[in-house]
Amino acid sequence: MRSNFVFQEIWIGLRRNLTMTVALIVVVAISLSLLGTGLLFVKQVESTRTYWQSKVEISVYLCYDASANPSCHGAVTPAQQNQLEATLKAMPQVENVSYVSQAAAFQLFKSTFSNDQAYVSSIKESDMPPSLEIKLANPDADYNVVASAVTGAPGVDSVIDEMTILEKFYRLLDGLKNAVIIVALILGVAAILLVANTIRLSAFNRRRETGIMRLVGASNFYIQLPFLLEGVIAGLLGWVLAAALLVGVKSLLLNNLQQYFSYNVGLSVSDLVEVVVLALLVGVGLCGLTSFLTLRRYLRV
Amino acid sequence: MIEFQNVTKVYPNQARAALENVDLTVNKGEFVFLVGPSGSGKSSFLRLILREERPNDGRILVAGNDLARLTNWKVPALRRKIGCVFQDFRLLPSKTVEQNVAFALEVIGKPRRFIRRVVPEVLDLVGLEGKHDRMPDELSGGEQQRVAMARAFVNRPMILLADEPTGNIDPATSIGIMKVLDRINRTGTTVVMATHDAAIVDSMRKRVIELEYGKVVRDQNRGVYGQAY
Repeated sequence: MRSNFVFQEIWIGLRRNLTMTVALIVVVAISLSLLGTGLLFVKQVESTRTYWQSKVEISVYLCYDASANPSCHGAVTPAQQNQLEATLKAMPQVENVSYVSQAAAFQLFKSTFSNDQAYVSSIKESDMPPSLEIKLANPDADYNVVASAVTGAPGVDSVIDEMTILEKFYRLLDGLKNAVIIVALILGVAAILLVANTIRLSAFNRRRETGIMRLVGASNFYIQLPFLLEGVIAGLLGWVLAAALLVGVKSLLLNNLQQYFSYNVGLSVSDLVEVVVLALLVGVGLCGLTSFLTLRRYLRV
Repeated sequence: MIEFQNVTKVYPNQARAALENVDLTVNKGEFVFLVGPSGSGKSSFLRLILREERPNDGRILVAGNDLARLTNWKVPALRRKIGCVFQDFRLLPSKTVEQNVAFALEVIGKPRRFIRRVVPEVLDLVGLEGKHDRMPDELSGGEQQRVAMARAFVNRPMILLADEPTGNIDPATSIGIMKVLDRINRTGTTVVMATHDAAIVDSMRKRVIELEYGKVVRDQNRGVYGQAY
């Protein structure tokens, strides 16, 4: 095995169809970075979803003096409130029920919007609804059952189920993620075709050399290796670009998401490494396999 | 060294056989001319020896290998025992004379030290002293064919196949080419040369095998090109 001879041949091959090689590297880079972005997205969505689901609550707003709801007849009575709390606490799906009075709700409101004093001063304590905040044991499965148990019960103004709000948000994210992955797959197909074409061109360009190699008894391995490595190296270079892009996506885009959340949703370095390694396997595997299959068609003994 | 036993070769979609019941033996160290008009089966004969083609019928033995039993991955080993020279030289235009010859050894994985020693020797043997660093397009046809012969011979094959090696070369230069082939033959290498060149065949007085429509019509020791009456 003469490794520097093989590398010399690869270099000649890559240089001879430089334009194809550049196109190939760019397409591989873009398809891999889109695939990686999609995967990072999946991880990001999962990490926020897990967090949200552990926090999700059902808010049962109770009737109060200023209620606009026609089914409310004045403020909730202590009896109605006790009845509701008892009903909810009896349900196995409910982990905890806590009462938030109008005063407490107003305090929370004031602290949430503390940077907008004009807004805060336009609201009075009596405008805030009292509520029962329900913590669920398994928010993923049970929220419908619990929400419907108290909807329309006497003294209940409205039931706000945070899960339904979140679902819309996640549907949007899922759609985005799917779109990214579909584009990545289409580009992946383009990359496969480009690899096949590049190798075919390369084999055609070097048909003299390969013809002589066959005649003087070079082994198939020796004849095919430069072409195979040509594809793999193009894949590798594409992956390097993709890895750089993915690091960029994570540090510029996803880390910026953090500022909209008050808790840590950032992806760890190991998540990024996992995606980048996966991209490496996909990229090099794809290019190598395509080269190999193309060679079997165009370089026969 | 080369043995054909009732070999028949029919190419797909062709009514007539390229070779029909060819039965002959070429011994070690022999020099054989293969003559006959175009399409008589000379090239098929050479391609069968190289196992670029496989016969439809009959058995071929080359350097002790039964080609029908030779697996694909052993074909390179067979071809390392056979050198090839063609009418169109088939040199690599981007490599120097020396690199062209070295290429044949590099691709079969010979060590660099060996290549550096052997290549100049064989270039001198074919008469290319002082032209080791020229590019093929700086050389005359005869010199290019010498490079091709050096490349074919550099791995010391047991058999040298030459397919009209003087086809593109003027008669005066051809004599020099034949001298090189003769020199190679004297090292013990079996040489099979397909040719149309009557003058060369007549002057060498070697064994002549004549093919016509895929059949051996003449096999004569110390023969001439035309039919001897």
